[in-house]
Amino acid sequence: MRLAPPPASIAPLLALVVAGALRGQGGPDFVREVRPLLSRHCFPCHGPDAETREADLRLDWPAAGAAGLPQELRDEIVRRIGAPADDPDRMPPRSAGAPLAAPQIATLRRWLAAGGVYARHWAFVPPQRPPLPECRSGAPHPIDRFVHARLEAHGLRPAPEADRVTLLRRAYGDLLGLVPTPAETRQFVEDPRPDAWERLVDRLLDSPHYGERMASRWLDLARYADTNGYEKDRPRSIWPYRDEVIRAFDRDDGFDRFVVEQLAGDMLPDATPEQILASGFHRNTMLNEEGGIDPLEFRYLAVVDRVNTTGTAVLGLTVGCAQCHTHKFDPLTQREYYGLFAFLDQADEPPYEVPGELVPEHARRTPTERTELAAAERELRSSWPADAEPLEGRFLGWLDEQRDARVDWRPLRLVEATSNLPRLDPQDDGSVLASGDTTKHDTYRLRLRAGELPLRALRIEALPDPRLPDGGPGLTYYEGTHGDFFLHELRIEHGDAAVAIARATVSYAANRFGRGAVGGAEMVDGDPQTGWSVHGRIGERHTAVIELAEPLPADGEFVLQLDFGRHFASSLGRFRLSGTSAPGPLQAEAYPPDVDRSLGRDAADLSPAELDRLRTAFLMQAPEVRKAADRVRELRRGPAPVTSLVMQERSADHRRVTHRHHRGDFLQPREVVEPHTPAFLHAWPEELPRDRLGLARWLTARDNPLFARVAVNRQWAMLFGTGLVRTLEDFGTQGEAPSHPELLDWLAVEFMARDFSLKELHRLILTSATWRQSATVDPAAREIDPENRLLAYAPRFRRDAEFVRDSALRAAGVLDTTRFGPPVRPPQPDGVTEIAFGSPHWQAGSGADRLRRSIYTFHKRTAPYALLHVFDVPSREHCTARRDRSNTALQALALLNDPQMVEIAQHFGRALATCEAELGSVDATLREAFVRALTREPDESELQAMREFLAAQQPRFAADPAAARATIGVAADAAVEPDQLARRAAWTALARALFALDEFVTRN
Amino acid sequence: MSARTRRQFLHDCRLGLGRIAAAVLLGRTAATAAPAAVTAEPRGPHFRPRARAVIQLFMGGAPSQLDLFDPKPKLKALEGRPLPASVIGDQRYAFIQPDAGVLGPCFEFARHGESGAELGAPLRHLARVADELCIVRSMHTDQFNHAPAQLLMNNGFPQPGRPSLGAWALYGLGAMSDDLPAYVVMSTGSGLSAGSALWSSGFMPSELSGVRLRSGRDPILDVATPDGIPAATQRDTFALIDRLGRRRRDVLGDPEIDARLAAFEMAARLQVSAPELTDLRSESAATLALYGCDPDQPSFARACLLARRLIERGVRFVSIYHEGWDAHSDVRGNTLQRCAETDQACAALLADLRRTGLLDDTLVIWGGEFGRTPMVETNPALGRSEGRDHHPQAFTMWLAGGGVRAGATHGRTDEFGFHIVEGAVHVYDLQATVLHLLGFDHERLTFRSASRDYRLTDVHGRVVPELVA
Repeated sequence: MRLAPPPASIAPLLALVVAGALRGQGGPDFVREVRPLLSRHCFPCHGPDAETREADLRLDWPAAGAAGLPQELRDEIVRRIGAPADDPDRMPPRSAGAPLAAPQIATLRRWLAAGGVYARHWAFVPPQRPPLPECRSGAPHPIDRFVHARLEAHGLRPAPEADRVTLLRRAYGDLLGLVPTPAETRQFVEDPRPDAWERLVDRLLDSPHYGERMASRWLDLARYADTNGYEKDRPRSIWPYRDEVIRAFDRDDGFDRFVVEQLAGDMLPDATPEQILASGFHRNTMLNEEGGIDPLEFRYLAVVDRVNTTGTAVLGLTVGCAQCHTHKFDPLTQREYYGLFAFLDQADEPPYEVPGELVPEHARRTPTERTELAAAERELRSSWPADAEPLEGRFLGWLDEQRDARVDWRPLRLVEATSNLPRLDPQDDGSVLASGDTTKHDTYRLRLRAGELPLRALRIEALPDPRLPDGGPGLTYYEGTHGDFFLHELRIEHGDAAVAIARATVSYAANRFGRGAVGGAEMVDGDPQTGWSVHGRIGERHTAVIELAEPLPADGEFVLQLDFGRHFASSLGRFRLSGTSAPGPLQAEAYPPDVDRSLGRDAADLSPAELDRLRTAFLMQAPEVRKAADRVRELRRGPAPVTSLVMQERSADHRRVTHRHHRGDFLQPREVVEPHTPAFLHAWPEELPRDRLGLARWLTARDNPLFARVAVNRQWAMLFGTGLVRTLEDFGTQGEAPSHPELLDWLAVEFMARDFSLKELHRLILTSATWRQSATVDPAAREIDPENRLLAYAPRFRRDAEFVRDSALRAAGVLDTTRFGPPVRPPQPDGVTEIAFGSPHWQAGSGADRLRRSIYTFHKRTAPYALLHVFDVPSREHCTARRDRSNTALQALALLNDPQMVEIAQHFGRALATCEAELGSVDATLREAFVRALTREPDESELQAMREFLAAQQPRFAADPAAARATIGVAADAAVEPDQLARRAAWTALARALFALDEFVTRN
Repeated sequence: MSARTRRQFLHDCRLGLGRIAAAVLLGRTAATAAPAAVTAEPRGPHFRPRARAVIQLFMGGAPSQLDLFDPKPKLKALEGRPLPASVIGDQRYAFIQPDAGVLGPCFEFARHGESGAELGAPLRHLARVADELCIVRSMHTDQFNHAPAQLLMNNGFPQPGRPSLGAWALYGLGAMSDDLPAYVVMSTGSGLSAGSALWSSGFMPSELSGVRLRSGRDPILDVATPDGIPAATQRDTFALIDRLGRRRRDVLGDPEIDARLAAFEMAARLQVSAPELTDLRSESAATLALYGCDPDQPSFARACLLARRLIERGVRFVSIYHEGWDAHSDVRGNTLQRCAETDQACAALLADLRRTGLLDDTLVIWGGEFGRTPMVETNPALGRSEGRDHHPQAFTMWLAGGGVRAGATHGRTDEFGFHIVEGAVHVYDLQATVLHLLGFDHERLTFRSASRDYRLTDVHGRVVPELVA
């Protein structure tokens, strides 16, 4: 093994002493046996964290270097760990609450006796391709060589290959998360070609269901959900990100590239829409919409989550510990934690309008047809009430008024725009765009110059912009109406004096919360609880006109101060300022520019088309036809675009300053930290930019000792139930040592050699004898290795939640294979979501929405879909690397009684009754039922058990048609003959039982 | 699995429904358990528990301590004027400005029982059992928004993902009931701010999660046999699953199949025990009247009566969430309404537990996630007036039963009820004390996850001896 000497500056952090070999001479294995003990029992006080270090003694980095601990210190340690429990010298001290057991003391003693020599933590040393071990089995496959060699060392032998049907079902479950259909089973079983297996594996890897299966575990890491989390837990639109993850697994263009796109797809040169969508990975953080939060605090917490998630998902390290203090076990300092934080701290978080071609057809929103809008505008005219004053008279009156009142607004020159926090950028059209962070109380100060004439009034245009939430004009992105604003106070200063305001009007005002008045006067009343907001007309242009009591002199400079704020962030996102010397009284209007131009022209010059536009403008604001006008407004706006959440890096002149936070507390920022990576990992190539994309490239670099290992280990765990390193989330010094270290490294190196192709990795594993062996338990092996870590036989474990539901749908023959699109709501018991804030009702979808694959199920964080959650789908409130695999009575109840499972059994029961009618044989139908659910043929005793069950149910349902009808439920269509009711119900009852079998939910 | 281990398994099923943490932790279910879950710390109490069961009455939204437990006549005198700025410091508020005026107590207070506990007028029922209470006027927390504060109170951390107090209790003590889940959750108010994370097992095995007990014919999720399925068919179904499962076990030799069959046995038992539990016809008219409970209507009172029945049947941990105390407006009306819903039942529960002898070793915990401000919240724009905002610096909870110092009032706040001046009890201190009453040293009750030994109290907390009898 080659290890370059570390640079002097980082050497103390490396916990590294090269001992010539990983194993010290004669002593216990340092990496596997000693280091975990030191880490657990000694490092808390004698480890990397200087703040908690006792007696100035570090045991993670012995100053002695390669020679090991000095004799004197070794003797002292031996004495102390062996001291009586009540001896004050005893180590670890009682107060630490982590006593060493006798065998652990013995291990440490042996290590110290052999010289106390250190080796670097295995996972921080880049993997090298190990030679293939020899094994008596003569297996050619590299994976088998490693596995068999270890089995043989324990006097064990691998199990024989499982039968073909079992293998087929296992492969479908592992790669697609589904059971095979009987036709697919026959096709494979009857395939005589010698490479039938390889062909099958290739076919499954190319299946459109492959990406759907592979995506679910990544979505656990990504904490993907369809709601914001925390109290309000409102829905969000980020499903296009989920679709992109599925597509990416199908494309398989390298896991390194995949991760780069997840972390920084938006920053790639000429980023494609797919790559931009992929950057939604870190937009899956929760968003607290609770009234009264500090938005900057929760933004900080979201970045904390991004750092921790990056650590877990990509590095397999628990970096989160270092948020508050230097890591107790791994050589990660708190400063380095914020170094990672700094990389992820520079993004803005806009919604992204998904291009049409990435929206699946069934989710496309029909654009407004021109004819539809024209019809609505005609309707506007024709719906003028007959009992009202005639339209034309009212229109002409209005026209006169508007022409008289029309004002020529001249742009005011913006000298300077400052704010407490948001960035204010002048735009080419004279407007100002606000961006960046916003608080609950923002103040904009705009230094302006009056025009050539004295200034009698000024106008604020609040402008929509696609870069703003829901199109603006405001910045509100949580709690309030997205895209709204709340301008509570407006102030004009000339010199040192406040300028008196005579009157203020607005073109439109409405309030989302409470019954308080909103409008022009409320902006200048000195009351911070009243003001101007435009709830209900988001995405439109609005104006306010402020008339001054005394005109300001021509060319004079003055300051306009705008104060925004409610119990949520509510500042204006884009606006333009203009002025006039026209005398009042004025009324704010927000006519489209063409209408405004027409109003400014001589009445005699107006063309019929112009008059028509003016008439429409009149009707749009006439109370007599408000309803029709709202319809026109809606059509003009068109359907809301499909959006997803993405990252967007800030420009170089708009950087956030990242601090270290004392104890991880948002309120205790300390020194500034520049982006940098932990010293104990591979070096940062100087050619990389120090930004999020650079970080992504560094993380996925081939010299990262962790990236490939962590990735292949997770794939292994998905296929074998347990990782080679069982702690999928932690490859640090506290993580579990690998069961097959050489195999892990071989796979990692091979994975890189194959350009990080997951499909090739899966093909490699599925063609090994280890993957293909029988699951029949070898009692001798179980005695020696009760957890089957040596893989003497194929592991049996309960399949993922998604497999259970999706396979039931497929066995019943009703799985809807539509891919992608907005999340769907299959049925679930009443009262599941009602527990959450606001007691939202779960309105189950209809038709195909009940029958889609589970990955498309709407995921609500504070009340996840019950059937999946009971089978351990995580709440997705944070990054989860390893799902629990519980076995509970609640699962048993769900399999039998959950409305979704019952409904699927009803579909299955109908199919079986039909099958029986066609086949004319009970036994043949029972076989069909069994094969559809369990893939294999039943044996005679199983057949007999089902026969008896079926026979016993038939008379019960025959005697109670109402019960039969309720039992067949959704399948109770008109076609069912009364005499067939009982039969169909009996088959439904059988279907229900088949889904509840251990064999159905277990990988065999 | 031998007959003995099968029996053992069924015995172990007591813990948290179905598979059992103990078995998991010993790596019995090979493919599933994390080896890292094997902790150096033995499960089981560190010393003799004072309480063997817990009933948590979680008043979500945060009740007003100033109107119910912590009388401050000074606020009356100051009404309408702001507090001195020096008192408020740099505290952030959710809605109000720090210079908002003060709102006096909405109700009269009086002393009750031999202990002379001071209670606001709306707690007229609780007043009758005042001597059972240990009132803690000096609670404080770090969080001033609902979801984070509820999570901190229940799970020891303001973000989701950690095990709840109930999960810790179960992890430490195991279960006592063969027929019911060991950790039961009811919700009788409006929807909860922090949602199901409040009874999650977090990174512990998921069977340590609380199981919701619901109103209606399906009291536990999916416990009711579906419409139309005859009882005999359901029995036959269980029998068929068992028969085919055993056949498979014989072929494969995998004892894991026995674990699955045991879960089905437990499910079948639940189908019987759950309806029996929620059928209140066996309760006397006097008992129903004591609680003020309509046996057929979901209510906090019914949940309290069910809590007693659950504890009687050996359930370890019962949580009742009653959300709705978030009185940003009309704190007087809100408090009266919530007390009308809960006061009689709380008092009845204590009296009933005392009557049945269960109170001696059942710990009852009452309180919300933080307190409410001495300052008034008035916001016409939001249609609010005469309310109180969130107040993390000082609030009141009470404890009763197993091992608690009955008749005590602990801690003191300043004349405005703003700051604690004596006997401060942080949320972590309360958690440490609750674990102490359950027989645990909170610093030694650890669970290993992501290679770290987690505690409910993180690196904080101290047992408050003044709360312990």
